[in-house]
Amino acid sequence: MKNRITRFVPLFYIIFLMIPIYWLLNMSFKTTNEILGGFTLYPHNFTFANYATILTDPSWYRGYINSIEYVFINTVFSVAVALPAAYAFSRYRFLGDKHLFFWLLTNRMAPPAVFALPVFQLYSEVGLFDTPWAVALAHTLFNIPLAVWILEGFMGGVPTALDETAFVDGYSFPRFFFRIFIPTIAAGIGVACFFCFMFSWVELLLAKTLTSVAAKPIAAIMTKTASASGYQLGLLAAAGSLTLIPGAVVVYFVRNYIAKGFALGRV
Amino acid sequence: MSNKIVNQKAWFLVAPVFLVVAFNALIPLMTVVNFSVQETFGDNVFTWAGVQWFQDVLHSERFHNALLKQLLFSAIVLAIEIPLGLAIALTMPRKGIWVSFCLILMALPLLIPWNVVGSMWNIMALPDIGLLAKMINGLGIDYNYTRQPVAAWFTIVLMDVWHWTSLVVLLCYAGLVSIPDAYYQAAKVDGAKPWAVFRYIQLPKLKHVLTIAVLLRFMDSFMIYTEVSVLTGGGPGNATTFLSIDLVKIALGQFDLGPAAAMSLIYFMIILAMSWLFYTLMMKNEES
Amino acid sequence: MAKISIENLRHSYLPFPDPAREDQYVLKKLSIDWQDGGAYALLGPSGCGKTTLLNLISGLLIPTEGTMKFDGRDVTRATPEQRNIAQVFQFPVIYDTMTVFDNLAFPLRNRGVSEAEIAPRVKEIAEMLDLSRTLYNRASGLTADGKQKISLGRGLVRSDVAAIMFDEPLTVIDPHLKWQLRSKLKELHQRTKRTMIYVTHDQTEALTFADQVVVMNNGEIVQQGTPVELFERPHHTFVGHFIGSPGMNVLPCEIKGGKTFYAGQMIKAQNEKALKADGKFEIGVRPEFVTLAKTGIAADVVKVSDAGRFRIIETISGGNTIRLLLAEDVSVPSGQVKLAFDPEHTQIYQNGWLAGAAA
Repeated sequence: MKNRITRFVPLFYIIFLMIPIYWLLNMSFKTTNEILGGFTLYPHNFTFANYATILTDPSWYRGYINSIEYVFINTVFSVAVALPAAYAFSRYRFLGDKHLFFWLLTNRMAPPAVFALPVFQLYSEVGLFDTPWAVALAHTLFNIPLAVWILEGFMGGVPTALDETAFVDGYSFPRFFFRIFIPTIAAGIGVACFFCFMFSWVELLLAKTLTSVAAKPIAAIMTKTASASGYQLGLLAAAGSLTLIPGAVVVYFVRNYIAKGFALGRV
Repeated sequence: MSNKIVNQKAWFLVAPVFLVVAFNALIPLMTVVNFSVQETFGDNVFTWAGVQWFQDVLHSERFHNALLKQLLFSAIVLAIEIPLGLAIALTMPRKGIWVSFCLILMALPLLIPWNVVGSMWNIMALPDIGLLAKMINGLGIDYNYTRQPVAAWFTIVLMDVWHWTSLVVLLCYAGLVSIPDAYYQAAKVDGAKPWAVFRYIQLPKLKHVLTIAVLLRFMDSFMIYTEVSVLTGGGPGNATTFLSIDLVKIALGQFDLGPAAAMSLIYFMIILAMSWLFYTLMMKNEES
Repeated sequence: MAKISIENLRHSYLPFPDPAREDQYVLKKLSIDWQDGGAYALLGPSGCGKTTLLNLISGLLIPTEGTMKFDGRDVTRATPEQRNIAQVFQFPVIYDTMTVFDNLAFPLRNRGVSEAEIAPRVKEIAEMLDLSRTLYNRASGLTADGKQKISLGRGLVRSDVAAIMFDEPLTVIDPHLKWQLRSKLKELHQRTKRTMIYVTHDQTEALTFADQVVVMNNGEIVQQGTPVELFERPHHTFVGHFIGSPGMNVLPCEIKGGKTFYAGQMIKAQNEKALKADGKFEIGVRPEFVTLAKTGIAADVVKVSDAGRFRIIETISGGNTIRLLLAEDVSVPSGQVKLAFDPEHTQIYQNGWLAGAAA
């Protein structure tokens, strides 16, 4: 079945994926003069100046700290809240369970463009505006449903005999949940965290709308740079390149679970 | 499924999720509904407008155009990404050191902030300094995405294929590795040709993940905002002004809350209806 | 249909095994012939290499060394399709989207058989397997035993198939249906006269299904024979232990001047003539052939367990455990007893192997 041509399909695809990333890195090591001077395939005047600017100027690097802050809060909060709910969905039947589950999932289909303005108004009212908590909380709108869904899938694969044995052995529910159940589905929790990280890290519209100065994410700073000071492409490219790092680090850690994780534990 | 215990106390476990999501979803949604039926001239003075805004939106040329463009975009990217992603997953190695390597590199585009994706393709496609622009011009084709609608569409579709095909690949790959070896061995013994293996073993087993892939790709492509907004800003002219971009223009740009709210609700309803349609169509054979 | 001959077969899962290192091979120099139309069982504990051997015969694996011939034709490197083999796997493999009919027709359609020929053939096989009633239902709706029958049917439907292989096919079948399916298999073998090779670690399955049982251990064939031969003349103490319940008693013994002694007591063994030299050996005797006697080997009864129609008496004699079977109606002795071994069924083993057997 595997002939010589099909073997190279993934390779071609990966090359296709790498070209724009290379181009971004290429730009980030160029001086503004070289960028505007013409087309070059690699940096002729190799410079770290763009990176130096970002890493020394607080108005830049604060953006990374802000982003990582709300992504972290969101991931921990979403998964922590989703865990007991996913357990309830996978083990019990209760009034309105199916409707609730479906309603949760519909929130994954809500366009951020629809929610940006009313969420902005709501958070301004309750004094959350321009804090990392605002973005973290807003992102739970689609991350909690996702985490519940993923965790429920993984928990479905754990036989109920585990719970029954523990309860017969005299474990209380909290003790069973934290000592036995959570370690059992550790892989599922890792995958859920990965997805929460991913969607919180890449989202911009809500993050931009809900912050102004203090909690502004790196993505928003980049868009401002692009529009305000015109052609600072080198700086923009360097800032973009730096946003690749957290994703690359996280994906490296979950590499062995990616395949199973994307199947959401329920194939 | 059937061995679940009826336990109303389970609501206590679900309560936190319910409260958080309700706070985040229901209150804003009520605000949107509220705006959608009222007229405002600023200063927090509202008057009842009934279904006026809905009628306006549903009859406006601008909405129709944006919706059509949005649907066309979703259709194009689904038609490219689903078969392409499936094909790549099928040709990927199942074991060995290359697997992790492939998976990590393929997952990378999914983890890049969406505005950075827009910026990346911006500097790829920029006339004079972009690699993509240079390559296309090198073929003797006139290409400038800031002036030609076709070039703008081509760039956006290419960007989306670059950005999201990996999701389809990873989903399909996950489905493929979960097929037990015995199925392939049985097919060999039964003398099945590669096409038959695909048609009768792989495709049926991938139905579930393909459904998820189609749903996710439809929803996300239908909601696309950031990447397009960074790359073309809806232009040239209104060539790439999709629903979401138009909505943000109306709501945050012009602050026309009534029409924007009505449009939001219609938009949301369309996504729900289409997702439900896809889901029921793809799961239809399951019951028989 | 074909006679299958295997010569000096070795297999390793490593890409480049070191031929000098036995431990890198799961199969160690096997040679065996399987007659056309026979019902064979490959019996052995988990991990002994029996599934590997099966997959080598069917062509799903290519051996590291050695040759394999079907009716004299070298098929060592042939694909399963070229070998014309059918195989039933441990877990039922069915094509979910197809009906039972289409599942059974699948191997024929792949070989370009015309629909006019397929229909009567499929119906005939479905009839044999009691699948006629569900012939046009979706195969995915069937129970595990129904699905396993479909897997088997896909093998039977091809009239030219060289052999049908079974890889522990009853693993997921409910206990009360196992017996049914097993007798169905036996019946089908008698009707179709196909060569069938059945891999299992369950001695009951092997002994009831097969005319010839091949016992494997550690990547080697230990003995091939009829169930009776395996029971009465185990060629290796392993076979004695593995087959029979409880297994054979194996005791240390000494041979002096052509006479066999256990614990100072002279014993008659069926194969003592085969040994030329004196020395230390082992004797093997099955619990079925140990009896209580007036004189003989002294032993203490330590445990009695009821096994239905008979009881198992466990005794200790000079630090060795000797088990014997006692019919239900015989009274159970306690304390010290004397034991006698049936000379016709007492054998001497040298380094584990039966002395004098042309192994």
